[in-house]
Amino acid sequence: MSTFLQQLVNGLSVGSIYALIALGYTMVYGTLGLINFAHGEVFMIGCYIGLYAAFWLGYDALAAASFSPMSATLVLLLAMAGAAIVGMLIERLAYRPLRGAPRLAPLITAIGVSLLLQNIAVLAFSANPRKFPSIITEHRLEFAGVTITNIKIFIFAVSILLMLALEFFVKKTWTGRAMRAISFNLPAAKLMGVPADRVISLTFAIGSALAAAGGILFGLDQTKLEPLMGNMIGLKAFIAAVLGGIGNIRGAAIGGLLIGVAELMTAGYISSGYRDAITFVILIVILLFRPQGLLGVVRQEKV
Amino acid sequence: MTTPALKLDNIAKIFGGLRAVDGVSFEVAPRQIFGLIGPNGAGKTTAFNCISGVYTPEQGTISFFGKSIAGRPPSEIAALGIARTFQNIRLFGDMTVLENVMVAGHATIGFGPLAAMFRLRKQAEEQERLAARAHEILRIFELDGLAGEFSKSLPYGSQRKLEIARALMLNPKVLLLDEPAAGMNSREADSLKNQIRWLRDTFDLTIVLVEHNMQVVMNVCEQVHCVDHGQTIASGEPLHVQNHPAVRTAYLGADVDESTLRQS
Amino acid sequence: MVWTYRTAVSIALIALLFGINWALDQYVIDYIVRIIMQCGINAILAVGLNLINGTTGQFSLGHAGFMAVGAYATAFAVIHLESWLGFNASNIPAPWMQGLLLSVGLLFGALFAGLAGLLVGAPSLRLRGDYLAIVTLGFAEIIRLIFTNTEALGGATGYSGGRPLGLPVYTNFFWVFLWAIFLITLIGNFTFSSYGRALRAIREDEIATEALGINTTRMKVLASVISAAAVGVAGGLFAHLMGTIRPDDFKMDRSVAMIVMILVGGLGSVSGAIIGAIFVGVTLEAMRDIQQYRLLAYSLLLIGLMIARPQGLLGSRELRLPAFLRRKRGGAA
Ligand SMILES: Nc1ncnc2c1ncn2[C@@H]1O[C@H](COP(=O)(O)OP(=O)(O)O)[C@@H](O)[C@H]1O
Ligand SMILES: [Mg+2]
Repeated sequence: MSTFLQQLVNGLSVGSIYALIALGYTMVYGTLGLINFAHGEVFMIGCYIGLYAAFWLGYDALAAASFSPMSATLVLLLAMAGAAIVGMLIERLAYRPLRGAPRLAPLITAIGVSLLLQNIAVLAFSANPRKFPSIITEHRLEFAGVTITNIKIFIFAVSILLMLALEFFVKKTWTGRAMRAISFNLPAAKLMGVPADRVISLTFAIGSALAAAGGILFGLDQTKLEPLMGNMIGLKAFIAAVLGGIGNIRGAAIGGLLIGVAELMTAGYISSGYRDAITFVILIVILLFRPQGLLGVVRQEKV
Repeated sequence: MTTPALKLDNIAKIFGGLRAVDGVSFEVAPRQIFGLIGPNGAGKTTAFNCISGVYTPEQGTISFFGKSIAGRPPSEIAALGIARTFQNIRLFGDMTVLENVMVAGHATIGFGPLAAMFRLRKQAEEQERLAARAHEILRIFELDGLAGEFSKSLPYGSQRKLEIARALMLNPKVLLLDEPAAGMNSREADSLKNQIRWLRDTFDLTIVLVEHNMQVVMNVCEQVHCVDHGQTIASGEPLHVQNHPAVRTAYLGADVDESTLRQS
Repeated sequence: MVWTYRTAVSIALIALLFGINWALDQYVIDYIVRIIMQCGINAILAVGLNLINGTTGQFSLGHAGFMAVGAYATAFAVIHLESWLGFNASNIPAPWMQGLLLSVGLLFGALFAGLAGLLVGAPSLRLRGDYLAIVTLGFAEIIRLIFTNTEALGGATGYSGGRPLGLPVYTNFFWVFLWAIFLITLIGNFTFSSYGRALRAIREDEIATEALGINTTRMKVLASVISAAAVGVAGGLFAHLMGTIRPDDFKMDRSVAMIVMILVGGLGSVSGAIIGAIFVGVTLEAMRDIQQYRLLAYSLLLIGLMIARPQGLLGSRELRLPAFLRRKRGGAA
């Protein structure tokens, strides 16, 4: 029982990171119908920006406890801002020239961008794993045989907060409505005077900022980062988005949590070697039996 | 009484909340030219999609010479002998005119993938047979001279004709034509009228025609069925349907000039 | 008539390959021969992948998985065949026997990879476009994880058949090119037959193809099986060229390299795929000393290519032999 609870706690914390990243996939897919393969790399870059920002703000590994919560928040914000800029640049330089091209061209480009960022990161940050600064001092809480750290609670809380903020933004603000209009029907939205390019750019910015937040939380949780880490985590987050129903924000959140929990349960009860495999099994099962995802709706192609 | 070539019984197709086809029934006798009309958005194309298996109707039965076909996959229905064209032309743009037609013969080839890989004699013979038949059909539509062109480079009217040619290559018993005269000039539409009758006589076809050009409908159809908002509003002889008050309101309500309804 | 012609061509070809093989052995340094073999293996990969990604237009991002299955199945078969026949370190098979052992192994490789193509293709080819890419990628990852977690196949450290010196290195110029020419001919014939026409129709418009009485799902799965089997043979040749195979040899970047090949050559063109395969094989070697820039260059190439020429560098045109070298074929087109 305590294994179960422990894996559940850990799963929810990993899952909420997936959920944050999944939001970016789902928003971009919703507006452009594109799997932004490079989104996992934006997450990775966000994580690195956080690392450098922490040192820039005077982080000292020997006196980690003296790093103020103020500075920690600043690290988070800087990473989110930096990633937002990266995301917008990607959209502007690589995807926008391909708008209206055959569907596969943007997909292949996205794979290219993802590889490009990975390799730039290897050159810029070196391929060796780095330790993520402990900008928040860890405290352990024992609870009925289950260890919970303040960091895990923090991760969960920040994720939920950001998701609620996004939900509010999309539902209640003009820009959010414009996003939904574009995802519903891009040509019609343009005709109605929605500045599509600006809104799409903003979609990338927001998605990327959320991924960077995920990156910081991931750094806090796993304490290790490397240039290629965006690959697998990005893929899992995408699968979370598909599981929830691509284009659906709540779906992404639910999908992320489910995948996080499924992974840690597999690791706990089957074998940690198959931890990654379970995600792909989920993907295949969902696409075969409910391709629109848990919360998605079917749209029949017009013939 | 002969079995109808095509029989729809109380068919319904629903998209979200929209009942695109809502309880439509009709029968088409063998070798009949049957007109399915109605204003835009009435559900005609959706009915075609149900017959050809693109959509599975939520309700009702469809039978083809007495055999139930609703819910079968489109390829099976096509192989049984129901061929169709599409309202928004769906040719294979980056393939030649000849290839577009030859593809439709693929289901009848008598050799397997291994014979294709080892290029056995059988495959060359079949290839020749398909090509010869495709040329023959292209000749009917005067497209033979363009056999080597990419289909996307053809003018609109010729693309419509090529779609009919491709459908004929299937050797169908029933042919569903979705707005074949759309985008044709009046001369092309005129020759299409004669062609439709000629095709029926030559290939023993049953033809269901969706068409907005009333002149074509009145001229070639022996039976007309009019739908609006997914429901039948009139059915019978062309003149009877044309003069039916419900039909007139449906069209006039849909902002179509009365003159389009008058036979010229 | 056809058969005597074919027999003559085959014998001439075998003699020619044999001659070249001998000459390469004598006069050309191993390093160059290795690059040439690499190009031959790449050609199989590219032509195999092109059948599904180019001709049929179904974008697979997981062919590294089929290559892995082919590599492991071939190596496993060769090792077990050898011990069954009583060969070991002190009783090495004669050179001609080595090639035959390898070829029998490759048949197993093709069989198992083809089976994998069926298992992956049957459920996933109902999906369209980018979803298919992700699902195939997912399958490839699962395949890799299965090998990583199977201790009998060496787990994460890789498979060498329990031999201290690794898998026997039986792949040579002769066998690479015999297999390459054989497979490319088969796939070429298939592509230019009525089947290939149906596959291209699927690429152009699946709904219209289905309406012409063609079971498009079955056609796509057929293409997937043939494609996977060919790629599996390439995997087997690769295994017995490298001497060891590790699950990490078959990660996503392997699939991406294959995609680069067919994009350079032009999606949907068999001859283009071969050109792309040679391009990648040669540049890969040319950039050996600057390894870390290699993937960088590929990624820039991919992005630039898509923005400038989404149909691939050479388009879907086929390079054709000059008329006097071409044998007249029956029928048109
Ligand atoms: N795949 C679909 N999804 C949603 N609505 C559809 C779909 N196909 C058709 N419709 C709707 O069904 C109605 C009937 O369309 P259609 O059959 O194309 O009309 P017609 O061919 O008579 O002009 C229209 O309101 C159309 O918008
Ligand atoms: Mg219509």
